[in-house]
Amino acid sequence: MTKYTFTDKKDTRSGFGDGLTELGKTNKDVVALCADLTGSLKMGDFKKENPDRFFQTGISEANMIGMAAGMTIGGKIPFTGTFANFSTSRVYDQIRQSIAYSEKNVKICASHAGVTLGEDGATHQILEDIGMMKMLPNMTVINPCDYNQTKAATLAIADFEGPVYLRFGRPKVPVFMPDDKPFKIGEAINLVEGSDVTIFATGHLVWEAILAEEILAEKGIKAEIINIHTIKPLDVKAVLTSVEKTGCVVTAEEHQRNGGLGDSIAQVLMQNNPVPLEYVAVNDQFGESGTPEQLMKKYGLSASNIVDAALKAIKRK
Amino acid sequence: MTKKTTEELAKIASQVRRDILRMVHAQNSGHPGASLGCTDFMVALYFKILKHNTDFSLDGKGEDLFFLSNGHISPVFYSVLARSGYFNVKELSTFRKLDSRLQGHPATEEGLEGIRIASGSLGQGLSVGLGAAQTKKLNNDKGLIYVLMGDGELNEGQIWEAALYGAHKNIDNIIATVDYNRQQIDGPIEEVMSLGDLKAKWEAFGWQVIETDGNDMNAVVQSLERAKTMTGKGKPILNLMSTEMGFGVDFMVGTHKWHGVAPNDEQLANALGQLEETLGDY
Repeated sequence: MTKYTFTDKKDTRSGFGDGLTELGKTNKDVVALCADLTGSLKMGDFKKENPDRFFQTGISEANMIGMAAGMTIGGKIPFTGTFANFSTSRVYDQIRQSIAYSEKNVKICASHAGVTLGEDGATHQILEDIGMMKMLPNMTVINPCDYNQTKAATLAIADFEGPVYLRFGRPKVPVFMPDDKPFKIGEAINLVEGSDVTIFATGHLVWEAILAEEILAEKGIKAEIINIHTIKPLDVKAVLTSVEKTGCVVTAEEHQRNGGLGDSIAQVLMQNNPVPLEYVAVNDQFGESGTPEQLMKKYGLSASNIVDAALKAIKRK
Repeated sequence: MTKKTTEELAKIASQVRRDILRMVHAQNSGHPGASLGCTDFMVALYFKILKHNTDFSLDGKGEDLFFLSNGHISPVFYSVLARSGYFNVKELSTFRKLDSRLQGHPATEEGLEGIRIASGSLGQGLSVGLGAAQTKKLNNDKGLIYVLMGDGELNEGQIWEAALYGAHKNIDNIIATVDYNRQQIDGPIEEVMSLGDLKAKWEAFGWQVIETDGNDMNAVVQSLERAKTMTGKGKPILNLMSTEMGFGVDFMVGTHKWHGVAPNDEQLANALGQLEETLGDY
């Protein structure tokens, strides 16, 4: 059995920043736009090394999204950077018309997603972005789990033609994925094989799922852990293959239960193999101020919540 | 493309106005008012001003690019694109019908030649134009960017975000035009949402402003030629173009009532009687 350990903790936004810096050296068509959050998005090195390809838009997210759409005309690959809230809900109509409907090759890169943004509170802790973005036709939705995966995803989306939403976060979290693994859009990763329950996890909740697997193993339960980094298009084959074996499911995400990864998986199961499913997600609430750890606990997003959900799902088989 | 005289352009405009009315009448749906008002501008642009290639490429490298922000005036856009050779004029008969490439508001999904981005939800086109203008600069492409906005559309905050940006970044390869017909859906702009001193507003935002009589073909051409000479000087250009909604049809002119209403059979016959068929109806 593969065991996952870590020696280092890094923020996923730094994975984005370092990926973007690398793209600055390797892909002359990549341009970056930022709405007055260059430091928070870790876009400073790209800016420093490519001043002519970095566009500060000020606190004008709607204009930034429209400009990014326009910049694709003539062959540029724009990466926009701001917090996840301002990358989605604030500019949903601009994304819908100028990017998704118009099939523009823009990469919407969104940091500080979810409750782990912490002390800034609910105004900034978006928990609805995955739902909004996955509903848009033509949009690909990616939520990587650690620094290495975020960096790899940043590199991969530059080579992918089409609109992408890339979601990542603020806090330092364990780095446990290999640093040399190429990112394959739409291909789920089986992290731990098991036979009693499948835990489908995305983003920061992948590490919690790994911790939960160890607790479950102590109870004699073999959990399969699958990392769904690409929420849309969903790796339906990986979902169904695993569920065929385990017969019950837990979904884990730092997002509203309504409209998130869990609902995407539930849809696939309802149509193909209706087995018990338990959600680990925020249940129709706004977040609040606190430390990331406190908030993960209070909103039911920790390893212990995944363990409880797994036990419940197994019982319902 | 051969350069047209003002008289030749006026003749094309008469045909385009016929197209607009017939398209909107055929489906009993669409926006004739501002389409008629902007016809002279659109004809001048596509038949005289733009350096463009009707063998359409989305990237338009080396060409001047036009973006329509107020997408509801799609009838005039489609007619001008077809009449200038982007697609067959017969296709105008599919406007707003099921399975048509001529959607109610311009779209790229169906691959209609001449359309580079969807518009309809207002306020977005100036940002798109600024983005395209920056890509032109990065590519060392001397082509210019043209944008048309409605005046009612200036209610949208995004326009003013874009206005700030264009001046701050010295985007001087863009010529944006405001169709200043002083009407919006619910009534005159002065009643719905006053724009105040629009010229002073754009100047205060750092744009070079020119004013145009948008229903005088000669004036439209001269203004656009002048605007071109103002590019490359460190400031974006705003063409404040006064028009009459419904221009060319006596019972439609100067009122918001024909913003989004189609003429009936009798009204169409009356209107077409006022507009010479110069290039043959589609």
